[in-house]
Order: sequence, then C-alpha cells, then structure tokens
Amino acid sequence: MTDQAQLLPGTLDLLILRAVSLGPLHGYGILLRIGQISANALLIEQGALYPGLFRLVRQGLLKASWGTSENNRRAKFYELTAAGRKRLREETDNWNRLVTAIASALGTQPEEI
Amino acid sequence: MKLLDSLRFRIATLFHRSQMNAEMDEELRSHIQHRADDLGRSGLPRAEAERRARIEFGGHVRYKEESREAAGGTLVESLMQDVRFALRMLRKSPGFTAVAIVTLAMAIGANAVVFGVLNALLLHPLHVPQAESLYGIQHGNEASSYQSYPDYLDLRDRNRSFDDLAAYDAAQVGLDTGENPSRVWIVLVSGNYFDVLRLQPSLGRLFHASDEHGPNSAPYIVLSHDYWHTHFQEDRGVVGRIVQVNKHPYTILGVAPPGFNGTLVFFNPGFFVPLVNQEQVEGVNDLNERGKRFIFMTMGHLKPGITPAQAAADLNSIGSYLEKAYPKDDDQRTFALARPSLYGDYLGRPVRAFMTGLMLLAGLILLAACANLGSLFAARAADRSREVALRLALGATRARILRQLFIEAMLLSLMGGAVGLWGSMVLLSGLSVWQPFSRWPIHVPVNPDAYVYGVALLLTLASGFLFGAVPVRQVLHTDPYEIVKSGSIARVGSRFTFRNLALVVQIAICAVLVTSSLVAVRGLVRSLHSNFGFEPHNALLADTDLTMVGYRGDAVPEMQRRMIDALETIPGVKSVGLIDWAPLVSGGERGAHVFTDGTADLRPSNAAADAFTFSISPEYFHAAGTALLSGRTFTWHDDKNAPPMAVINQEFARKVFGSVTNATGGYFKQPDGTRTQVVGVVEDGKYDRVTEDPQPAMFLPILQSPSTQTYLAVRSDRDPVQLVAAIRTTVRGLDAGLPLYIGPWNKELDTALFPSRMAAMALGVMGVMGALLSLTGIFGMAAYSVSKRLRELGIRMALGAQRKEVLQAALGRAVKLLALGSAAGLLLGILASRVLAFIVYQATPRDPLVLAGVVLAMGLLGLLATWIPAQRALSIDPMILLREE
Repeated sequence: MTDQAQLLPGTLDLLILRAVSLGPLHGYGILLRIGQISANALLIEQGALYPGLFRLVRQGLLKASWGTSENNRRAKFYELTAAGRKRLREETDNWNRLVTAIASALGTQPEEI
Repeated sequence: MKLLDSLRFRIATLFHRSQMNAEMDEELRSHIQHRADDLGRSGLPRAEAERRARIEFGGHVRYKEESREAAGGTLVESLMQDVRFALRMLRKSPGFTAVAIVTLAMAIGANAVVFGVLNALLLHPLHVPQAESLYGIQHGNEASSYQSYPDYLDLRDRNRSFDDLAAYDAAQVGLDTGENPSRVWIVLVSGNYFDVLRLQPSLGRLFHASDEHGPNSAPYIVLSHDYWHTHFQEDRGVVGRIVQVNKHPYTILGVAPPGFNGTLVFFNPGFFVPLVNQEQVEGVNDLNERGKRFIFMTMGHLKPGITPAQAAADLNSIGSYLEKAYPKDDDQRTFALARPSLYGDYLGRPVRAFMTGLMLLAGLILLAACANLGSLFAARAADRSREVALRLALGATRARILRQLFIEAMLLSLMGGAVGLWGSMVLLSGLSVWQPFSRWPIHVPVNPDAYVYGVALLLTLASGFLFGAVPVRQVLHTDPYEIVKSGSIARVGSRFTFRNLALVVQIAICAVLVTSSLVAVRGLVRSLHSNFGFEPHNALLADTDLTMVGYRGDAVPEMQRRMIDALETIPGVKSVGLIDWAPLVSGGERGAHVFTDGTADLRPSNAAADAFTFSISPEYFHAAGTALLSGRTFTWHDDKNAPPMAVINQEFARKVFGSVTNATGGYFKQPDGTRTQVVGVVEDGKYDRVTEDPQPAMFLPILQSPSTQTYLAVRSDRDPVQLVAAIRTTVRGLDAGLPLYIGPWNKELDTALFPSRMAAMALGVMGVMGALLSLTGIFGMAAYSVSKRLRELGIRMALGAQRKEVLQAALGRAVKLLALGSAAGLLLGILASRVLAFIVYQATPRDPLVLAGVVLAMGLLGLLATWIPAQRALSIDPMILLREE
C-alpha cells in the first residue's frame, strides 16, 4: 500500500483517456489497464473511476456502448472519440511541460543560481 | 448554443432518468462481478470474492450519486427529491400545513383584492389611448372642476399646453325608442370629445367638432358599447335610427369602442350627446352664461414635453386674463391639473389616500402573516433539530438542508397564494358587477388583469422567501454532535429574540387594524344617527324631470302643483313637499355666492357666504321634517308678484347676519343682485356629504325660482313602501309619459353613506384578519413556550409553586408582549385615524368607547390565545413528567 502514490487532482481523467486510447475497454478493464501501464504504482479507489467516466462521456471525449467482456459478462465499453483523441494529445503535452518544469525546478542545485 | 445544448441534455437525462439509473446499476454490478471473477481465480469462494469486491469498490451509493452528478441532470432531480420530501413532511403535520395555507391565503388574497381595486381605480382606470398624458383641469383653490361654457371656450382656444380640450357634463334624459320610455344617464360632451380622447368607433361613426353649429344644432347620439349591448342587443342596424330624447328627435350615429364608459371610472353613461344641445337635454341654455358653471370637467392630452406644472401656469395666465375681462363672473380663476378618472382631486385624493392606506394595511397583514409563519417555521426547525443534526452528521451540506427548508416554505406559500388568488378573483369579479346604487349607473370594473396576477405571484414568492429565511440562522448554527449527544436543545432563551419582536410588531399591527375598524364603525353608526336636517324615515322620495317630457315655462310649476295636490289626496299621505335638488341624494355643484345687503360690488371675493341653493314648495319643510326655528315658511302666494324672499338655515344666518334673531326679516343679495328678504330660519342640515361641516343654505320659493327638476318628499304615517304603487298610478294619471323614480328616502341616502360603509366594511374585514393572525401568533408562541418548559414547570410545581406562579412563569412573556404590542398599536391607530377623517363621519379615536373597545378586544384576544396553553401548563402532573425523563 505505502509504495503507491496518491493521484494528483485531475490526473485520473488523463489516465482514463490514455488507457482507453489503447483500445476499447470496460470500467474494470480500464482500472486493470491503468495498473498495468503504471506498474501498479498509483492508488485508485475502484468506485472513484465512475464519476470520471461519466464526466468524460458528458464532455464528449468518450463514447460508450454495451458489449460482452472476455469473462462472457455484459459490460459497458468505452472508446475515445475524435475530440477525446485531441484532448489526450493536448493534455499529454501539458503534462510533459509541467513535469519538465517541476523536475527542473526541483533538480536545481544551489550553485546553479 | 452551448447553454441550449446543456439544457437539452439535462432534460433528456431527466426523461431517461430511470433508464440511466438502471444502466448505472448494471455497470457497477458488472464491475464488481469482474473483480470477483479475478479474486475467484486466486482460490476464494464465490461469496467471499463478491464481498471483497464490494468492499474494494468503496462507497457504492456515494459513487453512484457522484456519477449521476457527473452525468448531469442532478440539479432538477435532487430538486424533485426535495419537493417530494417537503410534501411528505407537510403531509405529516396537517395542522401546521392547514394553518399556514389558510393564513397565507387570507393575507395574499387580501393583498390581491386591495391591489386589484387600486389597480382598477388608480393605476389603470381609463381605457383610452395614451392615458398617461390625459389630464383634467380643476380649480386651484378647491377640489372641483366645474367650468362655464364660455370659460371652457377661452381655456380651449387660448392655452398653449394641451393638444385640444374637451368638456363634458353628466345629465339624465328621457329616452323613447318607440317602446317603453326610460330615464337614461348620459354625458353631454363637446364636439371634439372623441377626437381629444383619440377614440375610434366600434360601429358607425363618432361625432366631431365639425358637427356643431350653435345651440341645438347637433341632435346626434353615440351609444356606449355596454348600453348598445344591454339595450340594443348589439343590433348593427341601430346606426341611422332616429329616437326621441326628451321628446326631440335624435339620430344614432354609432357606437363607442368597447371598454370605454366615459372618463369617470365609476360612472357608466348610456350614450353621448353634443354639449351644444344642452337646452334640449337639460332644459336650460347656459352656453352663453359665463357665471353658470355647469360643465363637470374639461380635459385633454398635454402636448409632448409639457409638464403639468407648466400647463397649470399657462392656464393660470388665462385665468388672470379672465379675471380682468369678466370681474363679475370670473373671480380667482386659478387652475391645477389632476387625473380625470376620479373627478380630479375631489374623489381622487381621498380615494388615493384610502386605497394607499388600505394597501399599506394589507401589506402589514402579509408581513404579520410572514412573521407568524416564520416563527412557526423556526419552532418547527427547532423541533426538527435532531433530524437536521442527523442529516448534517451523515454528510448533507447545510446548503442542501436550507434548500430543502426553502422548498418547504415556497410550496406552502405557492399553495396559499393559489388559494388566496382564487378567492380574490371571486371577490373582485363580484365587486365588478356590483351596483351599489340603483338610481346611479355606478359600478366599478375591478376585474383582475395581468398586473394583479403578477403582484400576487410576486407577493407569494416574496413571502415564501421571507418566512423561509427565519430559521436560516438556526440551521447554520446547528451543532450536530451536541444535539445528537444531548437529545435536544434544552436552552430556553430569555433574550428578547427576533421571534418576540416579530410578535410584538404583529400585535401592534393587529391593534392598529382593530382601532381603525372600530373608529370606522363608530363613525358609520354616528353618521347614520346624525342630524341630516331632515327626517329620512317614514318618507318616500319620488323624482322626475319635467324637461324630459317637454314641459316648458309656466307649464312647469303648474304641473308640479297638480302633482303635489294629487299626491296629497292619497290615503295615508300626511304631507307632500317639493324640492328641486334633494340634499345628500342628488349630486353636483349647488353653491351660490350671497352678499350682505350693504355690498355694492358683487364680485365673488366680496361674497359673505357660498350657500347651497334650493327651490322648494310651501309644504317642503313639513314633509321633510325640517324644524323651523323662527319666522315662517312659504305659501303658494309667494309667487313672481311677491317680493323676492328666502328661508335660510342657521349657518347662513350666522355667517351673513351674525345671528338667527338678526336674520329674520333682514335682507341679503343673491349673485345677480336681487335683494332678498329672509322670512324664516330653519335648522342646519347635511347637503353634499355626511362628513361636511355645517354649510350655509338658502331655500327659495319654487314659484319665484322655478326648476323642472322635481323631487317630491312624501311623508306618511304608515309604511311608505305601501304607497309606491298608489303614487305611481296617480302620477301616471296626470301624465302617462312622465318617467318617475320612487324609493324610500332613507334608502336614497345610500349614496351619501356609501364611502363610510365601504370604509367600515373594508377595515372591519382587515381588522378581523389582523385579529385572527395575532391570535394564531400569540397562541403559537404561548403553546411553544409551555411545551418547551414543561419540565421546568413540572419541577416548579413539585417544589410547591402555586397556580398563579406557574401561569406567570409559563405565560408572563406572552402577556407582556401582548400588552406592549397593543399599546404601540393603539398609538399608531390614533395617528392612522386622521386619514379616515375625510371618509368617516367625525372619525376620532379619542372616543372612550373606541379606546375601551380596543383594549377589550385585545384583552379578549390574549385570553383566547393563551387559554389552551394555560390549561396545559396548569394540568401538568409533576410526578408523571419527572418520571418520564
């Protein structure tokens, strides 16, 4: 538990978009995919995923359709829309800029000032 | 566009709510199943796997709620939830709900009715185009608007402020359409009348200034739409028809637009006739008489950009010209502008004052109702503090709880407002068709319009908000942990709280209402028994106008004498007297300037008095029951050959001669300079209004100053109503075509007593409502304080407190508040009664009976309101109570 990092506010949406960008997934699948691509380093309470999913659907970034899962159960599958793809690109760029900036700020040594 | 989309989305989600809910449930369930499948693969039994999956998922309900919120549509939905919850809460306490709805319905209904009347009388009285620039001209020094025809012409032609000026006068004529001849109230109007008012006909044509060519040149009729509807059944063939008006042929030109009934809001004439035909209609031609002010009102639209003050200045400069040019007839000609719909300021001012006062009272009642409901609401909120605390502890936001309370308040006020509005609509439409006087075409159309509905809705929402806001502070300061722990807020505030203040204000308002209604009722009773200068009981008043059937010159007094003689022979008739203008019954200006015998310059400013003038037959005083104080009355020998003479009243004698003894046998001068001898003095009376101060009056012999207007006072020693048929037959026997109106004299006084009756009624209703409101207010407070302190009272009793002490502890505060509020209200009521003085006869609250009445009423109210709580406090059994805890 302790080696998992708390999510920054707003980053869950980005993770969902990224997870879904690799192929249509149902809710539980998205959780697994996030765990997989982040090497289980992030702590996400399972239920917390759903408000994010509905928000993204409402914003038109995701679209949902019912289908059958690999476990042979009915499930709702999410995939990216064009707008979602565009948003993912923008947010990724933003994130990278932010990370670079923060990292450089934190990595600054006293003698460099 | 974005907003529209989002709105559409919200509405769509609202409609698909149940489907969405089901889908959401299924999706979450599917998630848990998938997780359980995974957990099952590591060897857990299925049931345990599902349990673990559910735990890992987290707060199912919370996430579902959050998801719904994220998906949109939650606002409307949660609002609906709140409404349903509020309805459930209200249904759970039907007593509270009923009291609240009835209270609000009464308060909002009263406001809607008063505003409806105010709207109809003062805000939107006339159905003419651009009514806001239409002004009537009245005299600068008195609230009257009479003008003479020559003065009207000068004002019309010389002013630079009005587009044009129209003039009119009301009159009664005999109309013969070939069937039953009838009397009709009409208005005589200047030729430009309809053009000045910018009206178009609804049928045929209207007449114009170009139709007038001197006296009696325009025998035309324009029917009012209402009269066309009721008397001609909207027959489109009336245009061009010739009918007889006072036995003269008149042509019906057309019909006025619907909704237009002249420019006096309460007076509904049958038709309109050109003023130049005055001689045929009223029997006299005053068109060239500068001193005869017979025109009821002149009016017109102000030119754009001209203010009423500028127009008045313009008119006053014409006035000073008139004073110089015609010093004998036109004296002190100053002018002011006023709205024409209520006879300028004459009725406009008192009606405005009264209606404003009434509106204020109604507003106060609504405020009192809100204060009342607010404290009930606060009490409820306190009782529900456990529920509130529990909800807060479970994570509800304070905003959500407040919203829920407000929704409850709004629901109540909407229900109350709907009931109130419905009631007021019934009342207003009843008022609209109500004709208070049978002999006058008077009714006030006060049908509610969009303004009334708007105001009612606004008041409803405002009051809901107002009393809903009372418990806000309480909820905001609720400490859930404290309450859940200790069970209740046991603290009984000894401070003077907002609730107490609200109650005092409310009791004060109630005391004001009770005071004013008592003042009004007392005034009414007093005016019913005041001395009118005649005895209206056991007498009939029969009236007719001989002009209507074509009597002229000497034929008039001869016919009048025949009528008197014939009526005197009817068995049961004691005496019959004639007067040309019945005091308090007829309307119109009757003043005449009279001068002392020594005055040579007879300009109005030198007049010794402005006296009501009446022409009477010898027997009039006897028939009317007017007491002769000195000298004699007339005989049939006091005719044109006898020297001019008059009988005057006490006030006349005092003003012109100094005393009654000086007056008898003395001389005074009439406006035309006639030297007139006083042969007798009679008691004072009321002539125009029951509230008037003693006015000078003179009575002239009918043979010396003849008049075609004929009011016959018939006194009998039996029930006068039995004589109506006999009188009618007798008069028909003399002239079958004579339209006659007969009624008991005291009934005829309805007109004069109408204002004070209305005032007493309106204030009475308001008073009762105010009393009811403070009754519930005091009751609520007393009951609440007793129930909150039951335990304390029980302990006091257990420790040996006496009944008196218990009562003092339980109700002392309520009684103190009552006394405080009553005293404040009584003081305010005394101030408010000044407004009443114009309408109500001798309105004074400094009347021991009124004061005693108010104190008694308030005391009774207090007793009633605290009776049940007091009983409850006294019936406390300390043992049971203490054991319970």
